[in-house]
Amino acid sequence: MRIPPAALIGLFFTALYFLMAIFAPLIAPYGMAEVVSNDIWLPPSSEFLLGTDNLGRDLLSRMIYGGRTTIFIATAATLISFTTGSILGFFAAVVGDWVDQALSRFVDLIMSIPSLILALVILSVTPITVGVLIVIMGFLDATRVFRLARAVAVDINVMDYVEAAKLRGEGRGWIIFREILPNALSPLVAEMGLRFIFMVLFISTLSFLGLGVQPPAADWGGIVKENAEGITYGIGAALYPAIAISTLAISVNLVADWVLNRTTSLKGGRG
Amino acid sequence: MSPIVKLLAQRIALGLLLLFLVSILIFAGTIVLPGDVAQSILGQSATPEALANLRAELGLDEPPVARYFNWLFGVFQGDLGTALTSGQDIATAIGKRLGNTLFLAFWAAIIAVPLAIFLGLLAVRYRERWPDKLISAVTLASISVPEFLIGYILMFFIGVKLGWFPPTAISYRPDADLLTKLSAVALPIAVLTLVVLAHMMRMTRAAILNVMQSAYIETAELKGLRMFTIIWRHAFPNSVAPVVNVVMLNLAYLVVGVVVVEVVFVYPGMGGYLVDHVSKRDIPVVQACGLIFAAVYIGLNLIADVVSILANPRLRHPK
Repeated sequence: MRIPPAALIGLFFTALYFLMAIFAPLIAPYGMAEVVSNDIWLPPSSEFLLGTDNLGRDLLSRMIYGGRTTIFIATAATLISFTTGSILGFFAAVVGDWVDQALSRFVDLIMSIPSLILALVILSVTPITVGVLIVIMGFLDATRVFRLARAVAVDINVMDYVEAAKLRGEGRGWIIFREILPNALSPLVAEMGLRFIFMVLFISTLSFLGLGVQPPAADWGGIVKENAEGITYGIGAALYPAIAISTLAISVNLVADWVLNRTTSLKGGRG
Repeated sequence: MSPIVKLLAQRIALGLLLLFLVSILIFAGTIVLPGDVAQSILGQSATPEALANLRAELGLDEPPVARYFNWLFGVFQGDLGTALTSGQDIATAIGKRLGNTLFLAFWAAIIAVPLAIFLGLLAVRYRERWPDKLISAVTLASISVPEFLIGYILMFFIGVKLGWFPPTAISYRPDADLLTKLSAVALPIAVLTLVVLAHMMRMTRAAILNVMQSAYIETAELKGLRMFTIIWRHAFPNSVAPVVNVVMLNLAYLVVGVVVVEVVFVYPGMGGYLVDHVSKRDIPVVQACGLIFAAVYIGLNLIADVVSILANPRLRHPK
């Protein structure tokens, strides 16, 4: 199998970021919240490879830990979004009738306003913790997976082998997990990369707005927020985490594109 | 009644129904979830009497359905309530800021729409050649880049290093003359333009390419027409409906972009107002802003649908 160079670059950086997230404590030269210098926003030096941040902490270490938080939240939210979205989507397609109507119209309603606005409304009353953020992001995004999963499952549901299983007298659980799931897996997996990117951008945006990961913990979006003030003094510290977010998203996108091209599938939206 | 009027009436009714349901969703989202407004205003040390008084004053002791309809009728009369944190009238505060936000979005749209259509046409003309590939690459990148990165990069290099435009929108005054205002918000407008441009370009390209598959395009090609003539005279008129659809959908996307961009550039608009009051947990303000954002979003989507109905000749000239 020949992997196109673009996908190879994507795979390399995706793997790099994930490894950095997993082994963060081993790689980071200093602690995440450790103040290492009395000078804030020091330029990059051999001692502090990316310089120091707005409180005199080592920016590189903070970014390595921040990447861990970003990737963890995005992964967890993607998993929630996929399990709820695809199971409900399959369920709606198999059961059909009013269950399908009710679920589909409810999803239409949620998708009729931007997820960010809805998330802000919800976050104005709930406590802002990592768990709450993951659940909110996961459920809001599950609507998109639902649409895709339902569309795929409706097609599969009329296949001969599903008919045969129904005539054999298999229950709904069997139909969903043994007949539809294995056949719907490849378009769903291709979509997963795109949902992951969306989650990375979503949590980064929330944290950047001060409504995501709360200090002293920080993810990449939060680190951008912390150092944003420096920009007007000509200090580019906030650009590093923002570039990290983009390179992660672009790499995953390159990989997802390649997977998408290999599997003929439907595409979900963004927004 | 002609079918087209019926279809339009249906679509508009559906939009209104959707808006009504969204208002319930926004209201319910802030009611059903745990959390007590009175408690968060007065703090943990408040006496039970003070809490009860404040709840009665805010109407919190009424059943949720009654509160919802009170709120909704207030909205219809232009009364959005008062902000809990400042005690100011929300409608007045929003009135000023909504104008600012629309100013920003208007200029972004004026620049982005023609540019996107032109570049989309260019991509179709030079399909699979370098201009098309370049446009695709830029699109891929811009989908993966958060709005605030574009914002800070422009602020850092153009605003601070080159000093062409003010790095933040702090100097923006709504009553200044147009040129002063535009120069104060040049960077936010540029960011918003870039944010929607890529999507619009990509979708315009797809819409026109779709038309290019038609048989009459092949006929035009076989007649020996020049590529640009084919696109301009045959493909473009037939893709006006999908392109307008694309434009409207992307303008709706500005709704999200504007929230982030206003925070980046400290611009006194609706987005900044909303974000500010989410962290202060000022629920009446959040509800009002959420409803307005939702209404604009649904409205633009509605216009997109209406235009595609109107532009469809099969519906305009029924048999």
